[in-house]
Amino acid sequence: MGDGLMHTLAFYFLAGITLAAATGVVFKRNLVHSAFLLSVTFLGVAGLYMTLEAEFLAAVQALVYSGAVAVLVVIGVMLTHRDDMSKSNPPNKMVVAGAGAALAIVGVLVWAVVATPWKTGRGAVVSVADIGRRFLTDFAPPFEAVALLLLAAVIGAVVLFKGGKVQS
Amino acid sequence: MWAEFSLTHAWLIPLLPALAFVLISFFLLSSPWLASRLAIAAMGSSFILALGAAAAVLTQGITVEAPFVMKTVWFSMPGLSVDMGVLVDPIAATLLFVVTLITLLVLIYSTGYMAGDPGYCRFFAFISLFAASMLGLVIATNFLQMFVFWELVGLCSYLLIGFYFFKVSAREAGKKAFMTTRIGDFGLLLGILLLQITFRTLDFAELAVKVPAYVAENGAASLTFIAILIFIGPVAKSGQFPLHVWLPDAMEGPTPVSALIHAATMVVAGVYLIARSFAIFSVLPGALTVIAWLGVFTALFAAFIALTQREIKRILAFSTISQLGFMMLALGVGSLTSSMFHLMTHAFFKALLFLGAGSVLHALHDQADIFQMGGLRKSMPATCLMMGTAVLAIAGIPPFAGFFSKDEILVAAAHVSTPIYLLASLAAFMTAFYMARLFILTFLGKPNPHNHPHESGLAMLVPMGVLAVLSVVGGIIPFAMGFGEWVRFGPAHHAGIDWAVAGASTVISLLGFALAWYIYGGGHTRSNDLTIKTGALYTWSFNKCYVDEIYQWFNRTFVGGLARLSFWIDIHALGAVVDNAWRGTGAAGSEMRRLQTGQMQQYAAVMLSATVVLVILLAALTGSLVKGGQI
Amino acid sequence: MIGLSHYLLVSAALFGLGLFGLLTKRNLIAVLMSIELMLNSVNINLVAFSRYTAADASAGQVFSLFIIAVAAAEVAVGLALAYAIYRGRGTVSVDEIDWLKW
Repeated sequence: MGDGLMHTLAFYFLAGITLAAATGVVFKRNLVHSAFLLSVTFLGVAGLYMTLEAEFLAAVQALVYSGAVAVLVVIGVMLTHRDDMSKSNPPNKMVVAGAGAALAIVGVLVWAVVATPWKTGRGAVVSVADIGRRFLTDFAPPFEAVALLLLAAVIGAVVLFKGGKVQS
Repeated sequence: MWAEFSLTHAWLIPLLPALAFVLISFFLLSSPWLASRLAIAAMGSSFILALGAAAAVLTQGITVEAPFVMKTVWFSMPGLSVDMGVLVDPIAATLLFVVTLITLLVLIYSTGYMAGDPGYCRFFAFISLFAASMLGLVIATNFLQMFVFWELVGLCSYLLIGFYFFKVSAREAGKKAFMTTRIGDFGLLLGILLLQITFRTLDFAELAVKVPAYVAENGAASLTFIAILIFIGPVAKSGQFPLHVWLPDAMEGPTPVSALIHAATMVVAGVYLIARSFAIFSVLPGALTVIAWLGVFTALFAAFIALTQREIKRILAFSTISQLGFMMLALGVGSLTSSMFHLMTHAFFKALLFLGAGSVLHALHDQADIFQMGGLRKSMPATCLMMGTAVLAIAGIPPFAGFFSKDEILVAAAHVSTPIYLLASLAAFMTAFYMARLFILTFLGKPNPHNHPHESGLAMLVPMGVLAVLSVVGGIIPFAMGFGEWVRFGPAHHAGIDWAVAGASTVISLLGFALAWYIYGGGHTRSNDLTIKTGALYTWSFNKCYVDEIYQWFNRTFVGGLARLSFWIDIHALGAVVDNAWRGTGAAGSEMRRLQTGQMQQYAAVMLSATVVLVILLAALTGSLVKGGQI
Repeated sequence: MIGLSHYLLVSAALFGLGLFGLLTKRNLIAVLMSIELMLNSVNINLVAFSRYTAADASAGQVFSLFIIAVAAAEVAVGLALAYAIYRGRGTVSVDEIDWLKW
């Protein structure tokens, strides 16, 4: 991906897809469309990871987000909406206020990005082996913690889905 | 050997009864036999040690100028160092002897008197605690140590007056005693603080050196003020006018308590305090004058009230106040010797009188009115004989104990001031009269058919017997042995009898007896006539000069008025502020709660907007959004 | 030439979109989706920093992986909650989930 022009083209293409899909996620009135566009967004982000030479991360993104999370979201939509889907994702009463707050945050972020004199360089190429090694050495405690978190999330999700016992 | 041991172990004298108190109140509250025996054993040991200390004082040349002192630092901080220790000199030794002896006798007496009482063990525990506090007070080396025990003594007094706490009157009497003496304690504490501020020490020995020097340099005015403040403590504790009101009510406690605390020992704590700090008072003629006049007034005033009282213990209570007045008067005219002497003899015969009264009340099942008694000499001959001895002793008939001590007081008073001497003699006349009245109405005359008296048991009669013997010889033996050589302030006291004063006082006492016999000896007719004839005066005396009523009125009018005023302010001024503050808070709350919509997206929007504002503020304050730029 | 700033700006835009959705969507599941968008924008940042700066390159990716794991857990629990609420209240509208008010 070192090639300048190809890289530039790929970046703009993927960024455009990502942002367009994300805009759809937020503005679509049909919740199912939103869910599918969310999946597209995730794939766009995975592509951006590719342009950043993070192939392993791109694969994980595609698998976990586009695969698992998007599917989960669709299942969630299915479980909670059983009638017409065309108006299933309406905005609330504070569209203007929300837009103002979001634009303010974006403004601050853009300002920060532009105003900061970044000293960039070329980071080392990261291999899957590096990531795995770090997981099992420096980051072993958080790694274990995340394992525990996922276990708890699984159990919690099961318990919540199953619901409380009916009083007999 | 024994004397030496007793002296160096004098701290054991208060400690043993204190130990008995702890053991009884923690372990023995349900074993009366053991509790009483333990208390008596502890007190007996203390008595033996006190005797040893007294012997050591006599044999080892310990004088008022060169006392035996043993002390250690209790606590110290910059500018304040307070010791705790033992001070034994002839004055303290006398008190140790008297207190341990009377307490021991009262404890033995109580095994009979209190038998079967539900509070039996509690009683012995309290008496032990009292003895410990009193003895600790006696051997204190400085004002603060003394004050601590002084308060403990007050506590014991409260506990024992309110011993029958299920009786409302006893509870009230306990509270009254505690609060009245509190006035005195406040004055005393103020005096002690001023002494510490002025002299940077509270040690008796150091003060005895510093005070005369200070007076010679700066005059006596400010010190007289301090001395009067200190004197307020003894006024309350020793029942001097106008803080005597608690003492008659203190008779609500069991009779042995009255004998021990409110007649023989505790009430003399005030007298002892003055004696202990006499080095301060002796250089302040103004303070001495106040003490002398208050003493003689109290002696007269209380004797006047005692003339008409009908309850046996109440008569004795006012008699105690009167005799304490005599002791104060003796100190006021500068005769520490006669004061201490009278303190000792008074302890003997007043304890005996109270124990005798207890015996009578025991026999008559708490029939307290002397006009309902009569003729008890036949059914209670031993009690009658011993009470008779005590009456002769208190009236000052030679050669009984009271004669010598009262004579010395009168001699000392006559040397200083003739009016005081005459008033004291009048009080002595009244004393003889009311004591004879008590004796005649109780033991002579016709028996009251409603009473079924019986003589008391040995446990009660033996201690009374010991006291009776002491009431006879307790005056002449110390007199002959030169009491004044040892217990004194300044140069040795001349030990002799001024025959003019002695003769006059004896005649006065006999006149009192005769008048009493004339009025009460032949039935009740004459006394009733007299009551009617002296109408207003009689009523005044019978109602204790309305001092209690005056205090009541004062309380209702001023204290109650202040309370009502404060109540009004609390409700209408402070209450209004508080109520409106509450309303303001409530109103603010009901407005503010509209912010809590429950809409999480609103909360998130507010939070994020606030974050943006903070970032911008931070950037404006630091001049840049990012610092450096180095990543 | 595409540099760090480009990625950061894309990330900022994505974050803004997610935030807008978070604040304005009425459906609880749509809110969860918006949160996923925001988390993705953070991940883009981390990976971009790891690529364009010399310091500790693999740490950025490791953190991204942690975030992905946490996001997965969050979605699982979040959806379970949404379903539990739906079962109890018959709605997943955030407007109506306002029991924590006065």
